Amino acid sequence: MILPIVRTAITAMRRDRASLALSFILPISFFAIFAVIFGSSRTSTPRVSLIVVDQDRSPASRDLIAGLESEGSLSVRTAPPARKGAPAPQPYTAATAEAAVKTGDVSVALIIPGGFGAHPVSFGPDAKGTQIELLNDASDTIAPQMVNGLLQKAAMTAMPLDMAEQGMKYTEEYIGTFTPEQRKRMDDNLEDLRKTLSGRATGSGSPQEFSGLIRVDQRAVVGENKNNPMVSFYAAAIGVMFLLFTASGSAGSLLDEAESGTLDRVLSSRINMTGLLAGKMLFNTMLAFVQLTVMYLFAWSVFKVDFFSHIPGFVVMGLCTAVAVAAFGMALASVCKTRAQLGALSTLLILTMSAIGGSMFPRVMMSDALKRAGLWTLNAWAIDGFTKVFWYDQPVVTLWPQVTVLLAAAIVLFAVARRLARRWEFA
Amino acid sequence: MSAAEATLVEAVAVAPLAVDSLVKRFGAVTAVDGVSLELRAGECFGLLGPNGAGKSTLIRAVAGRVIPDSGQVAVFGSAAGSRQARAALGWVPQELALYPRLSASENLHSFGRYNGMRGKELEDSVAWCLHWASLEDRAGELTRNLSGGMKRRLNMAAGLIHHPRLVLLDEPTVGVDPQSRNRIFEMIEALRAQGMTIIYTTHYMEEAERLCDRIAIVDHGRIIALDTREGLVRASFGERSQVTARFAGPEDAIRAWVEARGGRMTGTTAEFTVEHPAEIGALLEASSAAGFGLVDVSLRRPNLESVFLHLTGRELRD
Repeated sequence: MILPIVRTAITAMRRDRASLALSFILPISFFAIFAVIFGSSRTSTPRVSLIVVDQDRSPASRDLIAGLESEGSLSVRTAPPARKGAPAPQPYTAATAEAAVKTGDVSVALIIPGGFGAHPVSFGPDAKGTQIELLNDASDTIAPQMVNGLLQKAAMTAMPLDMAEQGMKYTEEYIGTFTPEQRKRMDDNLEDLRKTLSGRATGSGSPQEFSGLIRVDQRAVVGENKNNPMVSFYAAAIGVMFLLFTASGSAGSLLDEAESGTLDRVLSSRINMTGLLAGKMLFNTMLAFVQLTVMYLFAWSVFKVDFFSHIPGFVVMGLCTAVAVAAFGMALASVCKTRAQLGALSTLLILTMSAIGGSMFPRVMMSDALKRAGLWTLNAWAIDGFTKVFWYDQPVVTLWPQVTVLLAAAIVLFAVARRLARRWEFA
Repeated sequence: MSAAEATLVEAVAVAPLAVDSLVKRFGAVTAVDGVSLELRAGECFGLLGPNGAGKSTLIRAVAGRVIPDSGQVAVFGSAAGSRQARAALGWVPQELALYPRLSASENLHSFGRYNGMRGKELEDSVAWCLHWASLEDRAGELTRNLSGGMKRRLNMAAGLIHHPRLVLLDEPTVGVDPQSRNRIFEMIEALRAQGMTIIYTTHYMEEAERLCDRIAIVDHGRIIALDTREGLVRASFGERSQVTARFAGPEDAIRAWVEARGGRMTGTTAEFTVEHPAEIGALLEASSAAGFGLVDVSLRRPNLESVFLHLTGRELRD
């Protein structure tokens, strides 16, 4: 008596071929997407964008920059990207580099100060090497460490002349002609170095005491006073993903009403299809905005995300995101013929968009190609906007790219929904 | 335009419904095939036909939910689907077109608002609808929790919330028990008493006979007859009556004898058409002479079922 149940289920499943196909396409698609994301990250490290400001303009600083530029995992910029037809932009200054980090253009900036060429490298606790300033965004914990390490590597490999000169200097200064007294001083210094190294091993030493050949003064210019850099990111990232699910589910009421005949009855009243879709979209927009608000209030109350200092930016980004996801849901519901199709298609699209668009893990960890692909998702633009508001503390006016894209997407998606909904208007 | 033409145009303009040469095809299937009809104010007009005859498509065309391939539909002089036509029309679809998670009262409020009603007008109308549908004590109940009959009544009430002048009732008694069906009949009779113009589609002959002033018999997308009940019967049978009888005896012999006398067998029942009731005596004598025993016999005037059978050669519920 079990087999008849199986047979009935198979027959019913075969009737909805679209959802049947999606149930096979869905896992394969996800496998492919994650294989691309993680597979490519194993073979090539995502490039870190780095701004370098050369205030020294010495041969040593030029060698160092050349060494950094030769690193495949770094994308070094000394000036903003040139625009077509515009004059060549001015090189970054310390102020513009700091501003670029603060606005999230890059995670790390290096400022090579004047006089670096005179003392490019340093040894020991009383080293005289000039400090390079490393400005970083605290939300990216990987990039500054990577830049620091590659900076030391560049010093070793790209500055052999400087290393030799500095070695001679230090030999003259500390060792001289190796008299017994000089021997003692050298031994003392070696002993000091041993102590420093042993102090580092037990965690009692200062990171400034021995930080490589080039002395680096690291300073977080964004997020130094914030609690948890990832919380405000994930509030947006997870929020947008579930907003998309809610919006598509809610828009599915169109399919229910079409099936029950309620849609016909509504359209025989004074309400036309445009009004009906607009009404549903307004409701879904409000629902999404309330969801986002509750999410951020939760983040504020539990994770101390500074919600109330960012109300204007939140409202702008919240409304734009809400209207875009609502329109996405409407378009998706209009494409589908059954709830089952909507469920399968929305799962496929939303999880794909969320994976590529940064809802599952930050886009900074992705390859350049995936970063570019992410720009085709609502998630990426919404997350970028919320990050600008809550992490970079940028004014509302700077949200114009995100606002423009999200609103344009909303208009296009609503137009698609309206066009596809014609099938319900008349037989 | 002549005076006669002007009068005709005026008459059409004020008719609750005028359908002219309506054709609607779905692929290779012609659902409505050149239908023309005109309703009179205050009448209950029946569309009687088997399932798939094209009744619902015709109704949907009147409601403006189907674009005809050719022909015209005017509701009180306005094209079907126009704002004026929609305001004048109350459509009760065959499906339970309600919001299941809203209460009865909330459903009525929603459809009232969709039709532009507000404030006291809306409240009064909701109260009237609940009373008309005998749902006052269930006003706050979620629609999905109502019984089948109650849902049907609420479905009808939602179509009347905006006080339409023409009501389209598309098989409103489908799937309801006899008691609920009677309650629905009472609701429709109450509307008739108010002088409302009604189109009533059904495949139940008894409903059409009970409720409708005029009846159009629809088959394969065409109106094959249109008149009052009596007019339809008279057109098909004149003043003749139908005799049904059951005989005891060899089945084949009975069948042959019945057909030889111009009757037909339906199952084990023989049917004859007689010009005068006195002919029954001669019929029974002949059956006795043929050696068949009489089980039972009855005489009745032909009904719409008989008319449909006469016109199409098929049972109404085939």
